[in-house]
Amino acid sequence: MKLVIERREISSALLRFSAPIASIAVALFVAGFLLLASGVSPLAAYKEIIIESLGSLYGLSETLVKTTPLIFAGLGVSLAFRMQIWNIGAEGQIYVGAMGATWVALFSGIQNHWLMMTAMFFAAFFCGGLWAGVAGFLRARWRVNEVIVTLLMNYIAILWVDYLIYGPWKDPKGFNFPLTAQFGDAARLAEYFNTRMHSGFFLALFCALLLYLFIERTVWGYEIKVIGSNQKAAQYAGMNTGIAIFFVLFLSGAIAGLAGFSEVAGLQHRLQHGLSPGYGYTAIIIAWLAKRSAIGVVIVSFLMGVLLVGGDSLQLLWQLPVAFVYAFQGLILFFLLASDFFIIYRVKRVKGIAHA
Amino acid sequence: MTDFLHIKNIRKTFPGVVALDDVSFSVARAEIHTLLGENGAGKSTLMNVLTGLYHPDRGEISIAGERVHFTSPRDSLAYGIGMVHQHFMLVPAHSVFENILLALENVPNFFNRKKYQEKIQNLIDEFDLDLDLDTPVWKLSIGAQQWIELIKLLMRDCQLLILDEPTAVLTPQEADRLFAVLRRLKEQGKSIIFISHKMREVMEISDRVTILKKGCSLETLNRGDFDESRLASLMIGQDKIPQWQKTLQMSDQVVLDIQGLSVRNERGLSDLDNFNLSLKKGEILGIAGVAGNGQKALAEVLTGLKNTNQGRIMAGDKDITNSNARYSYIAGIAHIPEDRKTIGIAPDMSIDDNLIMKSFKSGLFRNWIFQNKRAIRRNAAEKIAQFAIKTGPDGTPVRYLSGGNIQKVIIARELSEHPAVLVALYPTRGLDIGSAEYVHKVIADGAHRGMSTILIAEDLDELLKLSDRIAVMFRGKLIGYVDPRKTTREEIGLMMSGETPGATT
Repeated sequence: MKLVIERREISSALLRFSAPIASIAVALFVAGFLLLASGVSPLAAYKEIIIESLGSLYGLSETLVKTTPLIFAGLGVSLAFRMQIWNIGAEGQIYVGAMGATWVALFSGIQNHWLMMTAMFFAAFFCGGLWAGVAGFLRARWRVNEVIVTLLMNYIAILWVDYLIYGPWKDPKGFNFPLTAQFGDAARLAEYFNTRMHSGFFLALFCALLLYLFIERTVWGYEIKVIGSNQKAAQYAGMNTGIAIFFVLFLSGAIAGLAGFSEVAGLQHRLQHGLSPGYGYTAIIIAWLAKRSAIGVVIVSFLMGVLLVGGDSLQLLWQLPVAFVYAFQGLILFFLLASDFFIIYRVKRVKGIAHA
Repeated sequence: MTDFLHIKNIRKTFPGVVALDDVSFSVARAEIHTLLGENGAGKSTLMNVLTGLYHPDRGEISIAGERVHFTSPRDSLAYGIGMVHQHFMLVPAHSVFENILLALENVPNFFNRKKYQEKIQNLIDEFDLDLDLDTPVWKLSIGAQQWIELIKLLMRDCQLLILDEPTAVLTPQEADRLFAVLRRLKEQGKSIIFISHKMREVMEISDRVTILKKGCSLETLNRGDFDESRLASLMIGQDKIPQWQKTLQMSDQVVLDIQGLSVRNERGLSDLDNFNLSLKKGEILGIAGVAGNGQKALAEVLTGLKNTNQGRIMAGDKDITNSNARYSYIAGIAHIPEDRKTIGIAPDMSIDDNLIMKSFKSGLFRNWIFQNKRAIRRNAAEKIAQFAIKTGPDGTPVRYLSGGNIQKVIIARELSEHPAVLVALYPTRGLDIGSAEYVHKVIADGAHRGMSTILIAEDLDELLKLSDRIAVMFRGKLIGYVDPRKTTREEIGLMMSGETPGATT
C-alpha cells in the first residue's frame, strides 16, 4: 500500500467554500491547546471572546472599531491579490496614509469640516497610493519583486512616522510623549452612541461596495481579472500590463492608506507611535480567507475584529499575552494555506509494486 | 511474435470526463506500433498511464507476461518503458555526454568516464548518428537533440520506446533519418509505440496501427490491411467534416512589406536576420520551416509583442516599423498564437469573458465605464453557435474546454473584428481532423473576403493544401518562395535545411 498525490482536475465548489471554515475550526482546536497550556479552559475562553465582543453595545462598538481599519486594509490587499500581485505592505501604507491625513489636519488651517475631511481623505489616499506605487513602478518597469519592496517599505514608513512624532511634529504640550497635538473638531469623524465607533466604518462599507462594483462590473475590473488570470494573454490582447500593475498597486495602497485616515480622524485624533497594531498584516490573512472577494473581506474583517476585542479581554481576565491573538491568526493562515493543498490535490491509496 | 506489452480494458476517468473508456492493445517485440487518434481520443492519457503518471481506474497492464502496477514514472522505467517527449528534457549548456549521464541511474560518484563514453560512442556508431559527445546541446540541431533523448533511453536499456509526435519538429530529411534509426531499433528486437497524425509517416513506418476514438481502442490493423483513406475514415468515424473549396486568390496589391528585418533575442542571437517578406491582399502565404527558425519572432513582431532591431515594415505605403502608427495598425492584425493555453486565453475566466478580450473597450460591450454584461453574453451565445464550440454550463472557466474548443474560442475572437491581416501560428496543431478542417475553412473564407493570412505551420500537407504561395524560412532568413502547385516536398525540405533553391518564382 502506498499513498500517491494526484492533481484534481476540478476542485469542487463545496470544497473551496468549506476550506476557510474548516481552517478556522482547526485553528480554534489547536489554539485550544495553547490555552490549556496557559491553564485556561478553551471553551471558557472562546465563550468569553464572543460575549466580550458581541454581547453588549459597548463590545459590539469596539468590534466595529477594530473591523474598520481591517476592512480598508483587507480591501487594498485583496485588490492586488486579484491581479496576482502580492502587496505585503498594507501596514506601511496605513502609516503613510495616517501621516498624510495628519499633515492636513495639523498644518492646512482648513476650518470647514467637510472640506477638511475631504482634504484628509485624499491626502491619505494619495500617500498610501504613492507608497505602494513605488513598488508598482519597480515591478512594472524592472520586474522587481513587489513582495520584498512592499514589505521592506513598511519599516521605512513606521520609522518615518516615529521620526515625525519624536521630532518636528511632537506636541509641545505633550509632556515629551511621542505623539502629535490633538486634532481640532473639524478634523474628526462623527462618533455614535457615546461609543468610540465612528463614521469610518460606514466609509469602509461604502468602499467595499465600490470596489465590488469596480472589480465585477467595470471595464478596468475586467482588465485586472484578465491580467490576474494570465498576464501573457493580457499582453497579447493588447493590454498595457505595466500601467495596470502600477495602477492596481497604487489603488491597493491608497485604500490601505484610508485605514490610516480613518484611524487618526475617527479614533485616535492624533498621530502616535504604534497607531496600527499590525492591521496591515492581519489584512493579508483577511484577503486570503476572503478569497479575493470584496464582500468576503467585510465578513472576515468582522470575524477578526471579534477576535481582537475578545483577545483583549483574555488579557485582562487571565493575563494571557496579546501574542495569543497573533498566534491564533497565524494558525488560521497556516491551516488555510494547507487546505489549499487539499483543494488542488487529492491523496489516494494505491497498491504498490515491487521494484524490478 | 511475442507480446512485450499487453494492455487490457484500461479505463481512466477524471471528474466529469471519461478520458479512457476501454482500451486494449498489445505491442510485440520488434514491432513499430502506431497509435492513431484525433485529439481528445485519449492518446496522451494512455501514454501517461503507460509511463506511470496516472493510475488507471480499471484494467490490466502486463509486461512480458507479468502483470504490473505503476505508481510513478520510475516504476515504468524499471520495466523498460521509456518515452521521448515532444519537448526535450535536456540541459542546453551541458555537453551531450553530460546530458546522457544525467539520465542514468546508479552512476557511482567516482565513475570511469572512459567506460561510459565508450559505451555511448558504441551506440552512436551502431546507429550511424552524427553526434559529438563534447558538443554543448544548444549548438545542436533539433534532430540531433532528439537522438540524445533516444540514446538516453537506450543507455537505460529500455525495451519499449514511446515517441510522441517525434517528427513534428523535424525536416522531412531529418524525419527520414529518424525512421532509419527506428527500423534499426526494431531489428534489434525493441518495441516502439509511435504517435503521429501525419498519415504519410504512419503508412511508411507502422507494422500495426491501433486506432483510438473517444477513449476506446477501435481496431488494430496489420500492415497491408490499411491505407490512408481507411485510417482516416476510421479515425473520424461519423463526424462531419466541413466541406470547402480552395479558390486561388491573387492580387498584386501588397498589404504588408517587410524589408531587412532583424530581431535579436535575449541571448543576443538573431531570431530574424535580414528577413524579407511581402504579403498580398487576400492571399494565404504559407511559411514553411522547421520550428525554431524565427517563425515565432516574425509573428511577435507583426503583432506588436516584440520590437525590431533593424529593418522596415510597410503597410501599404505607411511605415509601421516602430512608430505609434504601428499600434493602431496592429489592431487590424489578428493573431492565432502558437501556445494557446499560455498566451491565447485567460484560463480562469468564462468563454464570455475570453471572447471579448480584444474588444472589451469597444462601445459594443460597455456602457460608460461599466461592462455591458448582456451584450457580452449575447456575443458569446452567437459565437458559440457560429463556431460550434462545445462548452459546459454558462460561466465555465475556459481551461476546462478541450484543445480544439479553446482554439475555436481564440479564432472566433480573432476573426470577429474582420481583421485585414491574420497571423496564424500552427493553428491546427493538436486539433482533431474535424476541427482542423473547420479552421482551414475559416481561414479560406477569410481570404475570400480579402483577408490576407500569414500561415505558419509545420505540416507540409497543410501548407500545400491551403497556401497561395509558400515562403521557406531557415535560421531567421527567407530562403525563397515556392508555388504550392509546382513544388515538391523534397524541394521544400531542402530549402528548410537552408539550401538555396536553383529556381524560385
